[in-house]
Amino acid sequence: MELLFQQIFNGLTIGSVYTLVALGLTLVFGILHVPNFAHGAFYMVGAYVTLMMMVGFGFHYWIAIIASITVVALLGVVTQQLIFKKLEGADGMRMMVAAIGILLFLEAFGQFMWGTEYHRMDTPYGSVVNLFGLTVTLQRLLIIVAAVILMLALHFFLTKTMIGAAIIAMAQNREGAFLVGINANQVAWLTFAIAGGLAAAAASLASPINLVFPTMGNLVIMKAFVIIIIGGMGSIPGAILGGYLLGLTESIGATYISSDYKDVIAFLLLVVILTAKPTGLFTKGVQ
Amino acid sequence: MLNVLSKRTLLLLIACVAVLFPLVFPNMYVLQLLTLVFIWSIAVYGFNIISGYVGYLSLAHAGFFAIGAYGLGLLTTKAGMPYWMALFLAVAITSIAGAIVGVVALRTKSHFFAIYTMCVGVIIYLLIDKWDSLTGGVRGLIGIPAPGSIGPITFDTLISQYYLALFFLSFTIFLCYRIVHSLLGRTFIAIRNSEELAKTIGISIMKNQLLAFTLSALFAGLSGALYASFIRFIGPQISAITVTFEMLMYLLVGGIGTLAGPIVGTLIVISLTQSLQFLEEYRMLIFGPVVVLLVLYYPRGITGSIQAYMQKKRQKKVKTAKEKRDVKRNVGEAG
Repeated sequence: MELLFQQIFNGLTIGSVYTLVALGLTLVFGILHVPNFAHGAFYMVGAYVTLMMMVGFGFHYWIAIIASITVVALLGVVTQQLIFKKLEGADGMRMMVAAIGILLFLEAFGQFMWGTEYHRMDTPYGSVVNLFGLTVTLQRLLIIVAAVILMLALHFFLTKTMIGAAIIAMAQNREGAFLVGINANQVAWLTFAIAGGLAAAAASLASPINLVFPTMGNLVIMKAFVIIIIGGMGSIPGAILGGYLLGLTESIGATYISSDYKDVIAFLLLVVILTAKPTGLFTKGVQ
Repeated sequence: MLNVLSKRTLLLLIACVAVLFPLVFPNMYVLQLLTLVFIWSIAVYGFNIISGYVGYLSLAHAGFFAIGAYGLGLLTTKAGMPYWMALFLAVAITSIAGAIVGVVALRTKSHFFAIYTMCVGVIIYLLIDKWDSLTGGVRGLIGIPAPGSIGPITFDTLISQYYLALFFLSFTIFLCYRIVHSLLGRTFIAIRNSEELAKTIGISIMKNQLLAFTLSALFAGLSGALYASFIRFIGPQISAITVTFEMLMYLLVGGIGTLAGPIVGTLIVISLTQSLQFLEEYRMLIFGPVVVLLVLYYPRGITGSIQAYMQKKRQKKVKTAKEKRDVKRNVGEAG
């Protein structure tokens, strides 16, 4: 029984990371209709920036995270303005291919800058605490709490501010949003900035319990795609639910089924879902 | 008429160069490179059928390539089957796998299709990587035999393997040419341009898409099997999603949805990365932005752009000729 609770806790940790990544992906997809395959590369860059700030410049973990969020948010804005803005209205395949081009570049850039070896990230929260009879590291607790705080912040930003309302409006009805004078370009770069920032935050939080390497984003982004399909592409509650669901399935599956095949679970889940329902679960108008 | 003739002469010339090349210029390194280019091109031709002509971006292609490669590798090393039978079976297995994946995957559209096939690709990769007892896991598969002899013809030298790859590539190009210039090819393009419209004029979308997908898997399998017997060693890395991305890059550089595109792109990208040593490791630093720029400004790649340019020139010619005639007639009428 204790093992089960331990795995549920681990599942919540991984699920938090997946959710943060999937949220950015689903925002960009729901609002701008860009299937951003480069999102995983943003995640990787986020981890490296945090690592570099801590190791190279000796900053505190939190300052490094904030720097990383800023850098990756900017990176998101730059790619949007330089590339995706010009592809507006283009067919889906061209967008996907452009995103793949960015992904390939960023991965090579990561390798070129920081080498192919695996790095460990230190955290000031390495200590172990006892929580209702479970022994957990503080870092894992931090991931869960920070993810919830970020999600709440995003929620309040989207529902309580004017800019947030503009973003939501554009997600719901593009033409209508244009008619009432919403600046589409502003919404577009802002969305990319938020998505990049979330990816950077997720990577910086998760890296101390995983490792940092150039292709670290690949599996995560593919799982994030699985999540946003399960949750309905473009749906925020769907991404949150899907993220935790996948995290839990994976960590419980790894214990009770096979740890070798734990990564297959997510992809099999998606293949099964899309086989049964080719337009994805909970799909709204957006396709 | 003149145009067709010149095109035919050009093709004949290229074919002659390809056939005579090893005799005139027997450089082992270049021959090895060209053989690899030919083998990869076959897979890219397959990729082009589904993604270029039917318009469905399939990200499972490295997976099919790997099924072909491992199919041949396992059938020859573990089952001890003769080479040609194993090749035939490996290609058949890949086609069947393609058909099965296609039946389900093709019910999904656009982004969903890309992500579905991506998941299939990852599953194939993870299976090869983890199924240690069958595939050798990360250690890979070694000791794959070279192509067996057919009667008096043997394939144990590099030059003979070059010709073998060239033969299969020519066969692939010929088949693609026949498909594209037949009703089937028109059907594929009609589906790409508008599925609804194609449906309206009575085209069976699913049947044609499935045929295209199976064909593309078949070529990927053939390419993989040839690759396995040429390199003689395969590891799970050949089924990684990055391999699919590389194929996509070859196709984009050459020209997606064109007949010459796959071979042109593969030849250019592979020879560039090989000739510029520093590119080997960091080639995506250059090719990543190249892919993006192509998508932004030249979505039809090198051959597509040349074709568009030629067509423009021809139209201009026709236009000026017509104008001249009009002027003459006007003058005649006035006079």
